[in-house]
Amino acid sequence: MQDELSLKKKAEEALKKSAVYGEDFNLDDYEIASKGTKITKDLTSLSAEDQKTLLNVGIVPNEENRSGTFVMLNNAVSHTSVKQDDAVELMSIQDALKRYDWVKDYSWKLVKPDADKYTATTYLQNADGYFIRAPAGKKSTMPVQTCLLIGSKDVSQTVHNIIVVEEGAQLDVITGCSTKTGVEKGLHLGISEIYVKKGATLNFTMIHNWAEQIGVRPRTVVHVEEDGTYINNYVSLKPVRSIQTYPTVLLEGKGAFTRLNSIGVAHPGSELDLGSKVIFNAPDTKAELISRTITTGGKVIARGEMIGNANGVKGHLECHGLVLSSEGTQRAIPILEANVEDIELSHEAAVGRIAREQIEYLMARGLTEEEAVGMIVRGFLDVGIQGIPDELKASIDETIAKIGEKAL
Amino acid sequence: MLEIQNLTVEIGGRRILNGINLNVEAGFKNVLFGPNGAGKSALLMTLMGFTGYKVVTGKIIFKGEDITNMSVYERAQMGLGIMTQRPPNMSGVKLRSLLDVISKNGSNYIELAETLDMVRFLDRDVNVGFSGGEIKRSELLQLSIQNPDMVLLDEPESGVDLVSIEQLGSTIKNLLTGGSKCAGKRRRHGKSALIITHTGQVLDYVDADRGFILCNGRVMCSGNPREMLDDIKTKGYVECVKCKMNYL
Repeated sequence: MQDELSLKKKAEEALKKSAVYGEDFNLDDYEIASKGTKITKDLTSLSAEDQKTLLNVGIVPNEENRSGTFVMLNNAVSHTSVKQDDAVELMSIQDALKRYDWVKDYSWKLVKPDADKYTATTYLQNADGYFIRAPAGKKSTMPVQTCLLIGSKDVSQTVHNIIVVEEGAQLDVITGCSTKTGVEKGLHLGISEIYVKKGATLNFTMIHNWAEQIGVRPRTVVHVEEDGTYINNYVSLKPVRSIQTYPTVLLEGKGAFTRLNSIGVAHPGSELDLGSKVIFNAPDTKAELISRTITTGGKVIARGEMIGNANGVKGHLECHGLVLSSEGTQRAIPILEANVEDIELSHEAAVGRIAREQIEYLMARGLTEEEAVGMIVRGFLDVGIQGIPDELKASIDETIAKIGEKAL
Repeated sequence: MLEIQNLTVEIGGRRILNGINLNVEAGFKNVLFGPNGAGKSALLMTLMGFTGYKVVTGKIIFKGEDITNMSVYERAQMGLGIMTQRPPNMSGVKLRSLLDVISKNGSNYIELAETLDMVRFLDRDVNVGFSGGEIKRSELLQLSIQNPDMVLLDEPESGVDLVSIEQLGSTIKNLLTGGSKCAGKRRRHGKSALIITHTGQVLDYVDADRGFILCNGRVMCSGNPREMLDDIKTKGYVECVKCKMNYL
């Protein structure tokens, strides 16, 4: 109780604390999004437009090939369903805290409430979100899908998620974040605390599909135990005002592994500050950070950071940025830090235009310049993300085709 | 098929080709010899229209049309195809997806990929981590599916092991003869080619019609390609230069 009080006090003090990076949003400019909504039992009963919004971020309304589905509209949970209940447990955080006494031990432990104003306000609002647990040894065959949707204009959405993948379990999660048609301005604050236990595997794919005046401040920390594997895919291809995220993976057990892929396109007026950080705290841990970003006129800051604190650590960081417009900016900031002797950390970073030689190589095979650029861009952004629905693939292809046209 | 008229080319302000005149008739296979740095590759790159090869004077006529200022794409559409020495690494572009696009005419590439032992490369990024011989086989696979009327080959046999050279040579032969067996009709059915070779190995598979020797960006002489190759093997290019000097 003392703990909670002191956390609350700290959070209150942090309400004005700017984040280290990114545009400083004034929380008072946004109305706190509603905590009430009607429950949608069947997502296929939604309007065609709303269903398309879901599909475009990888959420399948008929829940085919999904082991569970969770939808949050503004600040309220509007849908929860589980198909594979032996392998996956899925509910709101508020329900989980009521049901299990131990959930509080996972709540606000990796992310500090007073990290910045965004974490502070999410903490103080006692935000809801999803709780996903894969019980020990269980392997779900299909991914869980979760959707965080902003449905009203000029509001701030606060979300707090917890995922626990227990010993030897395997789980795939697809999270899609978007706005309803017509919502142009808003703020999305999302706290995620992810626990991958001994020998467990989590494949986490996040698709962002925002609107032109949306500010996005995800705060994610992942804790990986011995021989655990955490794969993270982050995709944001559509216009947005500002995304600033710096997910951090703590490799705390021997042999733990993580790979983080970030795919982003910065359109004119967009700022993408996409980082990823891995802290190697246990021996023989490994990590790969891959960032592929494109600017068609916006600003990209690709941060990658690896801190090695144990022997036998191996890590590689790859930061590639394409510049398809002289209005755009690409800044790559790789950071490597070794604090013990037996460590191999490396990085390669490259920013610039598509090599003329590559375009002409394809043109010599009979492709138009537009087709050639499209093919190179598609290849550039393809890091082999599995399990995304055809509708999302089509939407990605459409975006890439538009980028190809703009690049000429 | 191809007429090169008084072609002078610069790369980054440096003159690399100097008043080249050279013809390739329809259905004929001509060979380019010459020491390293003579400008042979630059000539093929210029013919395909790649950036960086600046035509200062002269013209390139292909199928009766002046293509000197056409884009690479337009030249490819007209039926010109190339296998370069050092194609770029195409990170992210899978060989399979490229072949899918090239074969929009519906031709099946799997069979040829099997012949050239390239099936296991179909889902790899084009040229990335390929060995010298693998690059040649990949290029030839793409070029065969593209099926151009005039083929520019830059040292197709270099870096290829003795076993693969047989596959490669017969595939080149198939590509160039276009299935026509009748020598008398090849003007109408066969393809035209301009081939750079150092070793002459490719001549075991291709019945070359005419050879040219290129030195210092100029055509020194032309003649029977086999006789020329024998001379080069015994006397080297020094004799060519001396010979030319005598005429000056």
